[in-house]
Amino acid sequence: MKPVVVENIVQKYRVKKTVVDALKGISFTVDSGEIFGIIGPDGAGKTSLFRILTTLLLAESGNAWVDGFDVIKDYKEIRNRIGYMPGKFSLYQDLSVQENLEFFATIFNTSIQKNYDLIKEIYQQIEPFKDRKAGQLSGGMKQKLALCCALIHKPTVLFLDEPTTGVDAVSRKEFWEMLHRLKLQGITILVSTAYMDEASLCDRVALIQKGEILSINTPGGVIDQFEKPLWAIKANEMYKLMNAIKDDPAVESCYPFGQYHHVVFKTQENSKQKLENIAKGGHFTNIEIEAIKPNIEDCFMALMKD
Amino acid sequence: MKQFLIFVKKEWLHIWRDRRTLFILIWMPIVQIILYGFALTNEVKNSNIAIFDQSQDQASTTISKEIAASRYFNLVKNVHSDQDIGATFRQGKIRMAVVFPVNFRYDLLHSNHAQIQLIADASDPNTANTLTNYASSIINDYQQSLNQNEQLPYTIKTQVRMLYNPELKGAYSFVPGVMALVLMLVCTMMTSIAIVKEKEMGTMEVILVSPLKPFRIIIAKAVPYLFVSLLNIVSILLLSVYVLDVPIVGSIWLLMTESTLFTITSLSLGILISNSAKTQQTAMFIAMMSLFLPTLLFSGFMFPIENMPLPMQIISNVVPSKWFYIIIKDIMIKGLGFTSVWKETLILVGMTMTLLGISIYKFKIRLA
Repeated sequence: MKPVVVENIVQKYRVKKTVVDALKGISFTVDSGEIFGIIGPDGAGKTSLFRILTTLLLAESGNAWVDGFDVIKDYKEIRNRIGYMPGKFSLYQDLSVQENLEFFATIFNTSIQKNYDLIKEIYQQIEPFKDRKAGQLSGGMKQKLALCCALIHKPTVLFLDEPTTGVDAVSRKEFWEMLHRLKLQGITILVSTAYMDEASLCDRVALIQKGEILSINTPGGVIDQFEKPLWAIKANEMYKLMNAIKDDPAVESCYPFGQYHHVVFKTQENSKQKLENIAKGGHFTNIEIEAIKPNIEDCFMALMKD
Repeated sequence: MKQFLIFVKKEWLHIWRDRRTLFILIWMPIVQIILYGFALTNEVKNSNIAIFDQSQDQASTTISKEIAASRYFNLVKNVHSDQDIGATFRQGKIRMAVVFPVNFRYDLLHSNHAQIQLIADASDPNTANTLTNYASSIINDYQQSLNQNEQLPYTIKTQVRMLYNPELKGAYSFVPGVMALVLMLVCTMMTSIAIVKEKEMGTMEVILVSPLKPFRIIIAKAVPYLFVSLLNIVSILLLSVYVLDVPIVGSIWLLMTESTLFTITSLSLGILISNSAKTQQTAMFIAMMSLFLPTLLFSGFMFPIENMPLPMQIISNVVPSKWFYIIIKDIMIKGLGFTSVWKETLILVGMTMTLLGISIYKFKIRLA
């Protein structure tokens, strides 16, 4: 059986009297030893999904298995073998780095020495601060420590809920490099993130929005699904330009992306010509138009439209 | 076992590193004992009185001297008119006034009948009662000394013996009371936030996704507080023996064992609260409302339970400190052995088992 199997999971929660659907019947499987990314904006249901898989929440309906064990019936077995790093920093702030690690090693019936090789590369980076209280670490170091604590018992499946949120760009890059090294050790990794650019670092991604999976594919596959030409346009008055483009009936979508607006047309004929006409018609200056390759975010925007 | 020990160590570090709280935990009992011992006493000592002696004869001066010499009274003023008495009372200078009529001794010797008036400030009824009783007994003593040589045909004398506490010290009743109060506060309030704190900090999420058993988590949380409480018991007992002169009449080991049992009861209660509460604030509030007040009201150390209406008496039975108060009083003050407190002990054991059982049963193995 695959390390993670999710079948039609539905999750609802109640805010006052209204029922909110957190997950609307999602299904997917994760292959052994792959980095599987759950990509989606805040409130998409990522954390709910992680909590169900880590046996912390009971789903309204549907089935899920982790490492071949049912998340409801065999929750004790699962808790023995998975590693979980919640989105919120969840270590003891008044304990030192070393004490935290020792605590988590011991409650999982192991010791730091036994699995040191697994965390060595990560731990070495925070080892100079091992006597410092966890609460006094920087955001990036906190995440490294949390990862060490989640890894110390050599889990078969690792669940990382938004591990890079609030972490600087350099630390984020390092963090992903660590995940790739862990993958080489044969650990299956499920990671969620709201950063689209991190999707390309996963083996496969599930794009999730409002409790529904929009697409499951390799990062390359997701991009290949995007068939229409994509245009980037830049001019002197960006906000006016956006409105002018959106008003044109031939335009399917237009959204800001960095310094440019990305534009997709409903039909592909003469699309560059149409875009130029819109820009000229609105008396914009300094117009730059370029055909570009879509990235994951463009695909996500397109999928959201559907 | 290793899992359990590391958890205890972790809990201990939480307490140890939070120096301010630890400081309060250790000093609170000491401060409370001293407060109750010296400030909040309801014993009557050195009450200010005035004497209005209109006859100034041998009998009245002797009685006045005796009253003034007593350790209960402190003569502050000799007044010379009725108005003066009223004025002195209004100024709040005195608690009681003794009025001798004119020709006091003459009346006593010739008509066999004399009167003394005791006027007391009854805005505090208990004190007024006590003061008039003390004064009456001094006057009675004088009367008896007059009749020494004569044989009265029929007399009944009351012989009073104050058992266990011959000097009628208030400390004898409040030391056990404060012990119950302090242990309840330390154990229950501190543990009540122990579990809910992890929920709030998010660490519960990680602890739950581990092979730790709820039973072990709960016991490990309680152990360090048990240790702190034992320290408190020892400091309370030392203070009561060496500072307040309240002796430990019964077995000290039995006393310690029973105190430990009560500590465990309080810890279980705290854990139950912590288990059910959603935030640290709620937990503290519940602990405060459900323990502090009932302990004060229903343990019998401030207000006698026998005088309460029946429903209140029934409610008092579920307050653990009531039973502990009885046990401590019996052992420490009366010097009784285990055979006289086994029922109360059994009740405490039963309460502990029930509370712990519910805590473990109700321990949420999931987040919601």
